[in-house]
Amino acid sequence: MADVTKEKFTYRDAVAEGIAREMRRDPSVVCLGEDIGAAEGVFKTTVGLFKEFGPARVWDTPISEQAIVGAAMGAAMTGMRPIAEIMFSDFLACCWDYLANEIPKARYMTGGQVTVPLVVRTANGGGLGFGAQHSQAVENWAFAIPGLKIVAPSTPSDVVGLMAAAIRSDDPVVFFEHKALLAGSGTRPPEGHLIELGQASVVREGTDVTVVALASTVSLSLKAADQLAGEGISVEVIDLRCLIPLDMRTVLSSIERTSRLVVVEENPYQGGWGGTVVSVVADEGFELLDAPIKRVAGANVPLPFADSLEAEVIPTVGKVTEAIRRLSAY
Amino acid sequence: MTPEELLDAYEEMVLIRRTEKAAHDLFMSGLVKGTTHLAAGHEAVAVGASSAMRPDDYVFATYRGHHHALARGATPEECLAELMSRATGLCQAKGGSMHLTKATNGMLGSYAIVGAHLPMAAGAAWSAKLRGSGQVAVAFFGDGATNIGAFHEALNLAAVWSLPVLFVCENNLYMEYTPIEAVTAVPNPAADRAAGYNMPADIIDGNDVVVVHETVARAVERARKGEGPTLIEAQTYRHFGHSRADPAKYRPADEVERWMKHDPLDVARARLEALGVPPETVADRDHRAAATVDAAIAAAKNAPEPVPALAFTDVWADGGAAWRT
Repeated sequence: MADVTKEKFTYRDAVAEGIAREMRRDPSVVCLGEDIGAAEGVFKTTVGLFKEFGPARVWDTPISEQAIVGAAMGAAMTGMRPIAEIMFSDFLACCWDYLANEIPKARYMTGGQVTVPLVVRTANGGGLGFGAQHSQAVENWAFAIPGLKIVAPSTPSDVVGLMAAAIRSDDPVVFFEHKALLAGSGTRPPEGHLIELGQASVVREGTDVTVVALASTVSLSLKAADQLAGEGISVEVIDLRCLIPLDMRTVLSSIERTSRLVVVEENPYQGGWGGTVVSVVADEGFELLDAPIKRVAGANVPLPFADSLEAEVIPTVGKVTEAIRRLSAY
Repeated sequence: MTPEELLDAYEEMVLIRRTEKAAHDLFMSGLVKGTTHLAAGHEAVAVGASSAMRPDDYVFATYRGHHHALARGATPEECLAELMSRATGLCQAKGGSMHLTKATNGMLGSYAIVGAHLPMAAGAAWSAKLRGSGQVAVAFFGDGATNIGAFHEALNLAAVWSLPVLFVCENNLYMEYTPIEAVTAVPNPAADRAAGYNMPADIIDGNDVVVVHETVARAVERARKGEGPTLIEAQTYRHFGHSRADPAKYRPADEVERWMKHDPLDVARARLEALGVPPETVADRDHRAAATVDAAIAAAKNAPEPVPALAFTDVWADGGAAWRT
């Protein structure tokens, strides 16, 4: 038995662990994707699955994103709970028809005759210098589609708890695993750990400014909050954890206390999910605000390769700190 | 097929023909809105295939899919009600002509993005294989779908995983308004691609219900035995245009004439005659199908419209549409 107090449990371990726990409890859960079997995933997020569950439940596919997600849909409609891996979230564009037209609409347009209980997992986001076609944060693509649930965890424990909820969900879920978080570690949650979809987490309490973050931007925001505490600014940080369902109740209730809002998102400002969060706040929380709302988001450019250039266009601790500082001085 | 089976198949084809004629007339009179893609002329493909399948097998169809819904047991009334935006429609008037679905009968939908449902059928077949259920999935698609990526990805995956799936191309010679041969590198748009996926292929007369039935029965048997997928290219012809009120003037008159003389209903009638089935027996079936469709038209016309609240149901499995707290 591993000594859990000393064990290093990484975000990438958590992905495999979250899947394995569900595969153990439900024989209808199966995995398919490129290099996920004996190779254990290009990001090592499926380590141990092939060994434990074998080729009957962990299926290597060709490089065929439409076949992967389309087959997952057909299987989900007929009694299975498939987990399809799309290696990089940029590649979702290769099978976007399934995410935009097929999976989210099948239940609605058949008058409720079918359900599509599947998970599409994908490695999302920048920070690793993979360049323009392997680095985008594209959670806003999915956010534009009614009918998809969207999960983007920030910690290993949340990966496990949200993976359980995503796999058990009778609705289709797109599960974004952030590449820059894969090597980070945290605590291994107890067996049975489950986090209901659509429940944001207040990861740091504060009184002056509310920061709404997701996945990679949660740790940036926490670092910014630490720095600003030394300047006497008290920052509350909310980890949304899911984009759909979107926990606006937690956001609005926080703004009741702080009266100030910064949204930190890695996807582009143009069409980013923060725009919707802000529009709900403007509509329903206008009178709670004492200052304009700030969005720290990806720039409206493709992701550049060089680290120094990439840092220019994605959120950084410095950009978040600056935004909070300005807002608290307003 | 026994004479009784063939007689049943004939009646089903007449039912489809009359339903499609009704859909056309109701569209022209403004009672069906949006669009329709009629399958009159394609009846033998749907009925021949369906009669060779088990009730629990899966069917995935295209936006030209009325015949497949009907062949799998949807009633003309629920189909026409759907087309006429009535609450009693197959999909509660939330799908329309292009999305007829009868999931309780394994007819898992009609999809209006060309080729998209082929990987789904492969996935349903994968599911059947995983569950050991012995079920087979059948994807019906047009010749136009053979040039889209999803077709090729589905065939490869089905072959590599040896899935119990049939890919049945209804080659009606035209992708929308363009002759398929003008935009395809091989003469037989589906069958000629099968070799690239190490998959057996048959090119058959899609207007002969017996030929379709026998070909599909063989392919289904192969699939159930674990011998993998089969591609069938059924040659057929549209009696109407591509969609809506398209008069299909792009089709040469002699070609139209040749195919109209090879009507699937005539072919079936000739076979029934050859089997010694009395013409009165055949005529009885004609009358019964006509009466069913006439009653369906009347019932659909009198059915209520959907209540407005229905616009906000069934986005999610819990029946609702909530996206936020």
